[in-house]
Amino acid sequence: MSGFTISRRKLLAGSAMLLASAAMPISGWTQTPKKGGRLVLAADSEPRNLNPAIVASNGVFFISSKIVETLAEASYEGKDGLAPRLALSWEGAADGLSVTFKLRVGVKWHDGQPFTSADVAFSALQIWKPLQNLGRTVFKDLAAVETPDSLTAVFKFAKPTPFQLIRNALPALSSVVPKHIYEIGKIEDNPANNAPIGTGPFKFGEYKPGQYYRLTKNNDYWGKDEPYLDEIIYQVLPDRTSAASALEAEEIQLAAFSAVPLADLDRISKVPGLKVISKGYEGLTYQLVVEINHRRKELADLKVRQAIAHAIDKDFVVKTVFLGYAATATGPVPKNDPQFYTADVPNYAFDVAKANALLDEAGYKKGPDGKRFTLRLLPAPYFNETKQFGDYLRQALAAIGIDAQLVNNDSAAHIKAVYTDHAFDLAVGPPVFRGDPAISTTILVQSGIPSGVPFSNQGGYKNDALDALIAKASETLDSAARTDLYKEFQKQVAADLPLINVAEWSFISVARETVGNIANNPRWAVSNWADTYLES
Amino acid sequence: MSRALILLRRRVVGSIFVLMIVIIGTFLLLEAAPGDAVDAYVVATGGDAGMIELLRHRWGLDQSELTRLATYLWALLHLDLGQSVTFSRPIRDVIVERLPNTLLLMGSATALSFGLGSLLGIYAGARPGSARDRLLSIGSLALYAVPGFWFGLLLIVVFAVNLRWLPIGGIETLASDKTGLDRAADIATHLVLPVSALGFIYLALYLRMMRAGMAEAWRQDFVLATLARGLSRPRIVLAHVARNALLPLVTMLGLQSAQMLGGSVVVESVFSVPGLGRLAQEAVAARDTPLLLGIILVSAVLVIVINLLVDIAYALLDPRVGANEAGA
Repeated sequence: MSGFTISRRKLLAGSAMLLASAAMPISGWTQTPKKGGRLVLAADSEPRNLNPAIVASNGVFFISSKIVETLAEASYEGKDGLAPRLALSWEGAADGLSVTFKLRVGVKWHDGQPFTSADVAFSALQIWKPLQNLGRTVFKDLAAVETPDSLTAVFKFAKPTPFQLIRNALPALSSVVPKHIYEIGKIEDNPANNAPIGTGPFKFGEYKPGQYYRLTKNNDYWGKDEPYLDEIIYQVLPDRTSAASALEAEEIQLAAFSAVPLADLDRISKVPGLKVISKGYEGLTYQLVVEINHRRKELADLKVRQAIAHAIDKDFVVKTVFLGYAATATGPVPKNDPQFYTADVPNYAFDVAKANALLDEAGYKKGPDGKRFTLRLLPAPYFNETKQFGDYLRQALAAIGIDAQLVNNDSAAHIKAVYTDHAFDLAVGPPVFRGDPAISTTILVQSGIPSGVPFSNQGGYKNDALDALIAKASETLDSAARTDLYKEFQKQVAADLPLINVAEWSFISVARETVGNIANNPRWAVSNWADTYLES
Repeated sequence: MSRALILLRRRVVGSIFVLMIVIIGTFLLLEAAPGDAVDAYVVATGGDAGMIELLRHRWGLDQSELTRLATYLWALLHLDLGQSVTFSRPIRDVIVERLPNTLLLMGSATALSFGLGSLLGIYAGARPGSARDRLLSIGSLALYAVPGFWFGLLLIVVFAVNLRWLPIGGIETLASDKTGLDRAADIATHLVLPVSALGFIYLALYLRMMRAGMAEAWRQDFVLATLARGLSRPRIVLAHVARNALLPLVTMLGLQSAQMLGGSVVVESVFSVPGLGRLAQEAVAARDTPLLLGIILVSAVLVIVINLLVDIAYALLDPRVGANEAGA
C-alpha cells in the first residue's frame, strides 16, 4: 500500500525520479479501469459563471472542463504537447493569416443536437474574441471563421498571427459552446452560463449553492467506453482545513489544487489509503514574483534591483515557504516549460555582502540606525505562500538595510492598491505561465498598459528595447525564430530586472488510492476526466 | 396584554430608524473598503482594460456612490433587495435559501446553551461554593475561553475523523435524494457537531448567570422565610431561588441572539454549513454591497424580532416591567 504513496522526501530526491514517473504513467500499475461509481471531491470556491468560453480561469475549468470541451488538450506525449479533443487536426498557413481545424465526427451536444463547425465559428467570433478574459488578447486579430463544411473551421486573421501561439492557447482558450443555445439573447445573461451545455463526458446535473455541484455521466459521449464514472460531486468546503479531514474520514476521495495545505501533506501522506501526487499541473505553473514600482527613484536604479535579487535566498524560499514543493526561478519563463525556457540568463546568487556593496555603490548608504531607506511591501493574499514569502522578504531586505513595511490587504483591496492606485513599492504576486509567453507573461513587463489591468506591468517600467523585442516576437511566424526571441526576452528581463522571479510552483493533489488515472496530462485537474475511474 | 402591545408599537417605530442607520452605515463602510466587486472578481480571471470597464458598467459600479445608495433605498422601499453581483441571482432568493440553515443552527445552539446552561447553573447554584459548583464554574469558563473555530476543529478531529460517528460538515448528505423523516434525521445528524461547537461556548454565560443569581437569592429574606416554613430543599431551589434568578437569563437570551449570528460566521465556515454567516463573509470578500446589505438587513430584523419577543415574554413574566408605560 505505502509503496504508492509518494512522500515528500522521495519527491525532493530529485527530478530523476519525477522524470521516471512521467515516463511510466501512474495508470501503469492499475488494471483495466472499472465502470461506475461516484467521485466526491473538494471544491473551495463557487464561480459565479461556469462558462469556460467566457471565463478562462482554473476555478471555472475545474468544474466546467468536464462538461464543455476545448479543441485540444495538453498532453505529455502528443505532438507539440497537445492531444486532440473536438478538433482532430490543426494546421497553420505559412503566411500566418489562417489556421484550419478538422473537427471530430459524430459529436453531439448534451441536448442531442449535432456539433458542427458553426459552433466553433460562433464560439470564436462571438465569445472568445470579444468576451473572454484571455481570448480578447490572443484572438484580437481574428477576422472571420470560414466553415466550408460542417467539420472544417478555418480561422482567418487580419494580421499575421504566430501559429505557435494559437496552438499553445488551445488547451485553455478554445472551449466550444453550442451556437443554438447562445445565439438567443445576450450571451452574458444566458442561463447556460450557470448550467453549461457542452459535448463533454459529463453533463451538468445540479448546483446547490454553498453545498455541491453534481455532474452526471453523458451516455452519448464520443469517447469509446468513456466516461467511466457515473457521477462527479464537488463538495464545497470553504475552510482550508476541511479537505484534509474529509479525506481522512473518507467523505471525499480527492482534493486537487492544493486544497490540503502544504504543511499537512507530510502527515497525510502517511495515512493508509491516501496518496499525494504532485504531477498533473505542469501546464498551470504559478510564478512567485516580486513586482517593483519603478516610480520610486531608488527602485528605478538597476543596482538597487540587483541588490534585492541578491538578497533573496531562493533555495531557502523553496525549502521553507514551499516545503520543497516548488523550484527556484531564473527568469520569466518557468523551468518546466518544454518550448521556451532557457537557463542561459544572468543569475543572482544569494550574496548579502554583494547586495550591500551594490546599495553602497548606488549611493544609498546606511543611516545611523542601519537603515538605507523605507519601502512599502504588499504581499498578494491569494495564497498562503505569497503571504509567507512577504514575511521572508521583509527580513531579507532588513539584512541589507532596507526597511520594508508590510501592508496586508484582502484580495480586492490588493488588486486595487497595486494595479489601479500603484500604492506600492514592492509587491509579491503570483502570475500564471500559460504555455506561451504571449498569453500572460510579456504583459508583466511591457509598457503602455492602461492602469487598472490586473497582473500586468503597473510598476511604470519602460524599456524600449524590451518593448521592441516583445512586438517583434508577436509577429514572428516561424516557431524556431519566435522561440529564440523569447529566449532573448528571458535574458533581457533577467538582466534589467523589471521584476524579480523567485520561484515556480504548482499544485498538489491528494487522493484515495482507489481513484485511477489521476494526473495523466499536464492540465489534469482542469481536463475532462473521461478516463478517471474508481476501483471500488 | 396591553403592556405587550404598547411595547410592540414603540419597538416597531424605533426599529425603522435603527434599520435605516444600519443600512446607510453598512453601505458607507463597504464603500470605504478599498477595491470594488470588479477588483474582487478579476482576482481569479484577470482581464484587459476594456473588459474591466465593461464589467463595471454592467454591474452599475461606474455610477456615483450616492446614486447607487439612492437606487438601493428606492428598490428597498418596494421590498426589492436587488440583484447579487457575485451570484447573478436575486438577493432575496440567495438569502431565503440560506436563512433556514442559520436559523436552525442558531436556534438549536441557543436552546442547547440556554437549556443546559441554566440546568447546570441550577445544579451549581443549589449549593453555592460547593465542590460541584467550583468544578462546573471552572469547566464552563474554560469552554468559554476556547476560540470557536478551534473547538469546532477539535470536534471534527475526534468525532468525525477518528471515531467517524458523525459527518464532518455540511447540512445534509450530498445529493442523497432523501425526503421526509429520513432527511430530517440526516440534517439532525449533521447539526450535532456545529450546534455543539456554537452552543457549548455560550453555555458558560447562562451557567454563570444562573449560578450568580441563585447565590444572590439565597441571601434574600424570602428564602430564609421558605426555610423557616420548612419547605423541602428541591422545592426551595426550583420554585423560589432558581425562578428568581431566571429573569436576567431571559434578557441575556435576547442579547445573545446577535452574538450567535456573529459566531455562526466561523462555525459555518469550519463545518461547511451553507448559512447566512458564511454568505456574509463571502459577500465582504467579493465586495458584493447589495448582498451584504441584504444579509445585514435580515439579521437586524431577526435580532429586533427576537428582542421584541424577549421583552414581551419579560413583560408577561414580571409584572413590574412596563407597568409605568401602561399607567401613563
